[in-house]
Amino acid sequence: MSVNSENMVKVFERPRSLTGAQFSYCPGCHHGVVTRIIAHTIDELGIQDRAVIVAPVGCAVTMYEWFRCDGIQAAHGRACAVATGIKRVNPNLIVFTYQGDGDLAAIGTAESIHAANRGENITVVFINNQIYGMTGGQMAPTTLIGQWATSCPEGRNAQLAGHPIRFAEMIAQLDAPVYVTRQALYDQKRIVAAARAIKKAFQCQVDCKGYSLVEVLTNCPTNWRLSPVETNSRLMNEVVRTFPLGDFVDRT
Amino acid sequence: MAEAAICAGCRAYFGYPITPQNEILEHMAAHMPTVGGVFIQAESEVAAINMCYGASAAGVRTMTSSSSPGISLKMEGISYLAAADLPCVIINVARGGPGLGNIAPSQGDYFQATKGGGHGDYHMIVLGPATIAEAIELVMLAFDLADKYRVPVMVLSDGMLGQMMEPVALPEPVDPASLPAKPWALTGARGRGPNAISSYAMDPRDLNRINIKRQTRYREIEEREVRYQETETSDATIIIVAYGTVARIARTAVRMARSEGMKLGLVQPVTLWPFPYAALRALSGRVGTILTVELSAGQMLEDVRLAVADRAQTPFYGVLGGLVPTPNDILTEVKRNVS
Repeated sequence: MSVNSENMVKVFERPRSLTGAQFSYCPGCHHGVVTRIIAHTIDELGIQDRAVIVAPVGCAVTMYEWFRCDGIQAAHGRACAVATGIKRVNPNLIVFTYQGDGDLAAIGTAESIHAANRGENITVVFINNQIYGMTGGQMAPTTLIGQWATSCPEGRNAQLAGHPIRFAEMIAQLDAPVYVTRQALYDQKRIVAAARAIKKAFQCQVDCKGYSLVEVLTNCPTNWRLSPVETNSRLMNEVVRTFPLGDFVDRT
Repeated sequence: MAEAAICAGCRAYFGYPITPQNEILEHMAAHMPTVGGVFIQAESEVAAINMCYGASAAGVRTMTSSSSPGISLKMEGISYLAAADLPCVIINVARGGPGLGNIAPSQGDYFQATKGGGHGDYHMIVLGPATIAEAIELVMLAFDLADKYRVPVMVLSDGMLGQMMEPVALPEPVDPASLPAKPWALTGARGRGPNAISSYAMDPRDLNRINIKRQTRYREIEEREVRYQETETSDATIIIVAYGTVARIARTAVRMARSEGMKLGLVQPVTLWPFPYAALRALSGRVGTILTVELSAGQMLEDVRLAVADRAQTPFYGVLGGLVPTPNDILTEVKRNVS
């Protein structure tokens, strides 16, 4: 069978805001999905030349190399403070942070809560995979009760290590945030919903409405020691029981 | 110092209250909005220095201020600023330490300021004013040096200067729009490739190359930017080395000594990094005694001894705990070392 290339229509391509540099994520990891959704959002909103990435430490540390956007690498936990500094001196920029659970909900708790409380007009993308990925699978503030991690080899014990922090719900207690939601990526429907939520969060900033947070429940096949398919089942059947999905604040 | 920063074109200030430097924060809160600048009272010193990191990366002249315990908290951020080659001015109105210490004047943060403080191979330029007029001049200079070399610059003041009032003439304000452009700043990738600001280099060969390049810049700074003041040193047989508030007190001691016919001189390092090693080395060949006086247990003393080696006696007079010596205390110590 011959194919006439003149009649072929491109129905899927790499987002224009990506450079083509290879992501450094592990196979089957949801990080790649979220990163791509962000790139697609930047394309859709036409903000590639205004966007500034505040990259975290860990699995997405070189995120600024993957996008055709300005970017900065922030110290562990400090991304929301760095984003505040950038956005306040140049409100025309579209500034977003991309942070894991240790970054946002442990070492950076103060910076994360206070940026939200000031209602900084930034977008926070929070990757909640319930574990420290890059450092090799230690317990995170979001690790589930009973979940194994290298630093809780008997599983997380609430008496010793407390309970998983529901960050989106905490942020939702504040008066300033405009859009706070928790999404997941364990099936196609959820991916579409998460993409919609991320776009809404960025739109919120473009419209100068204020602070938005999208918490995304993600996997870590490498450190959970499960196959990608098994991680999706676990997210759908177990993780959402601790971290319910949905919008917690919508003042858009 | 706060007003000098505004005159220098600083348009972003982030701080957290701590005595004895709250007046800077309060002045910025009142005046930064009137010049179209940004003021935020941050949730911590850690957040404040990271807001500086962001604002500086966006291309604006940026400052934070604190006092010793708060400066300790900023050290992580200062290491990142240095490693990302970002200009920033940090004022330390130093107080008694270690730990909570007290709110009285101290020079116990010299090591932290000049030898690192944060992690990794980096330097800040460190400027030590002795009077408020000098503080104004050095705050202005700090912004210029920070931009010129893309380094964090610390103005190392102390609780005495921080709580002092004296009349000064303010400089002509700098229009931020007239300052040299910063093509590396994060302003949005419009009509150019993306700008990235990062201190991360996974490959040791890359990090080695970047670090060597930065060290080359430090050698340039050491060559060009050493500043110090000499008082009555040309015929001196004994010389005091002191910076900041102590230098000011020592000037009076020199005057008193001269009126008694004693050939006492003073060297006041103005840049604490880069330190005026060559000037002290030159003097050490022709004076017998170089007395270091500090509000510390002997920190700058180590730099003085590096410069002087065994070419002169290098006694030390240190006052701790927030106490401040009088000119007479210093003169008594000078006489003790002469006899």
